[in-house]
Amino acid sequence: MTKGAGKRDGFWERNRKSGGYLLKKTTLNFAYKIIRMVLLFGMCFLILQPIFNKISISFMEERDLYDATIIAVPAHFTTDNYKLAMQFMDFGKTMLNTILVSLTVALLQIAICTLVGYGFARFQFPLKKFWFACVILVIIIPPQTVSTSLYLHFRYFDIAGILKLLTGEGINLRGSVVPYYLMSATCMGLKNGLYIYMIRQFFRNIPKELEEAAYVDGCGTLKTFVRIMLPDATPIITSCFLFSFVWQWTDGFYSKTFLGNINLLSMQLSRVAEQLNHYLIYVMRQPAGATIGYTNCIVATATLLVILPLLIIYLFAQKGFVESLSSSGLKM
Amino acid sequence: MKKQNKLAGLQRRKAISGYLFIMPFIVGFLAFMVKPFFESLYMSFCDIELGPGKFDKIFAGLGNYKWAFTIDAEFNRLLVEETQKMFFNALAVMVFSFFVALILNQKFKGRAFVRAVFFLPVILSSGVILGVEYDNSLMSSMQTAIEENAGNASITGAIQNILVTSGVGVAAFEKVFEVVERIYDVAISSGIQIIIFLSGLQTIPGSMYEAASIEGCTAWESLWKITFPMISPLFLVNWIYTIVDYCMRSDNEIMNKISDQMITYLHYGYASAMSWIYFLIVIVIIAISSFIISKGVYYYD
Repeated sequence: MTKGAGKRDGFWERNRKSGGYLLKKTTLNFAYKIIRMVLLFGMCFLILQPIFNKISISFMEERDLYDATIIAVPAHFTTDNYKLAMQFMDFGKTMLNTILVSLTVALLQIAICTLVGYGFARFQFPLKKFWFACVILVIIIPPQTVSTSLYLHFRYFDIAGILKLLTGEGINLRGSVVPYYLMSATCMGLKNGLYIYMIRQFFRNIPKELEEAAYVDGCGTLKTFVRIMLPDATPIITSCFLFSFVWQWTDGFYSKTFLGNINLLSMQLSRVAEQLNHYLIYVMRQPAGATIGYTNCIVATATLLVILPLLIIYLFAQKGFVESLSSSGLKM
Repeated sequence: MKKQNKLAGLQRRKAISGYLFIMPFIVGFLAFMVKPFFESLYMSFCDIELGPGKFDKIFAGLGNYKWAFTIDAEFNRLLVEETQKMFFNALAVMVFSFFVALILNQKFKGRAFVRAVFFLPVILSSGVILGVEYDNSLMSSMQTAIEENAGNASITGAIQNILVTSGVGVAAFEKVFEVVERIYDVAISSGIQIIIFLSGLQTIPGSMYEAASIEGCTAWESLWKITFPMISPLFLVNWIYTIVDYCMRSDNEIMNKISDQMITYLHYGYASAMSWIYFLIVIVIIAISSFIISKGVYYYD
């Protein structure tokens, strides 16, 4: 027998040699793997099930909804639900609006947050700790606390009383996009504190030598930032941008409060049920209005329409969302 | 001496450019956070009357607060309910996300897919969609119908019956079962927390576990003696994030009530008062719990 013979022994042989330990260990490992698999499968199903459910419901006719024998596959396949939901939401125009608003807001917010995050990460200046504590405060204070005052502030907008002197009264910025863009340009938009925090965390990890080398070679502050630092920070900026875009897309609070009169998908979605009822009573002449089941069906269809673009983005940019966040190493 | 001066000049220049970089934040913070913050505090003591081109604040003392606590029929109830829900929800999210992060940190087939699925709710169940999903009464009514037909054969139901009838710590069990029933809620609100825990788990050097296992440490022991202390700072981060996130959710009934009062009924003073009450409660909860958690946090540096 040669030296390596032990490796070629059968499983039972090795088990006998180890006094039953190997069998026990393999069985335990195997059982653990099975349990883990079942658990993960269950939880994945839990998360995905509502989406699958919505998809199957969205293709059903109304009578399918009440048929107890139909669970997942519609018997009377129809795309009418989609047509109705699109009609209620004024889909084409609303979609365009939403894309425009989400894209510009996200670009603006991330551009400014990158500047601020860089400032916090790479410069020493007096009161830096104080200002950073303010960033943390912005993360923690729920925007609803200041929303009443902000709402009135924009309703009667004025810059230090100048406009009042000229025209006699402030301008009503309610219903226009200006307030929200103003807030976005000054880091007070949706979850902007969080973006500043993440970007700062990233810039802090870039070695100081890189920056110093650039200074020695004659780069100014701004040039160093644009040419040296920005290219390095692409992953974190992309992921913040994606977050900003997606959260803006589904946001209800800021849209309702500061973007009032523009039709956005998130706003339209919350009105779909009402509109269905209205449509059935006044257009289709059904005095009873919409039943609960049918309302849910249309709402589910509308929800699918709203999240479909996000789903596509997520499929392609999944790495951008998850990886850069986990690599940035959030710490307190 | 001259050199020192120049250094000071460079430092000054850097300080100035630093301030220029964070200027937008300072402006925004002062204009859209500090000012409205104190203004809304003042407004909560006032009645607001809207006129053309201006609004008047009429000082009303504690009237709004009195109204909120003693006259408004649902505010007290909502406040207690939402605060309780927030607390238990946050606890459940912490446990769930820590557990899932532990599993997702292991190597197995399809890990990328599972990670993607667990992160999906961050994208899809944010903002208004959560609120819409909540109204899904068809689902719940169908579910109850199915449960009745199946003769209530769910496992949790059976266990609940056994435990509750045995009469041991009924209240505690009920809370646990409430959480179990809302596991979907918990799962969809713990996407970010899972990622944060995962990033923490990945920074723990593998050599630590190796050393521990050579010394005879079992996996269970190294979970409590290595993993837990090493990512304990992240518990604090996640705890605060979860609570803040809960305040922002669109199915938070207090927030809905506040924005209804503000936008539909134009009761600005009253809305401010309510949001201040809620804000103070949340801040107190965050402060106390952070203080308790930070006692147990271990910094490895």
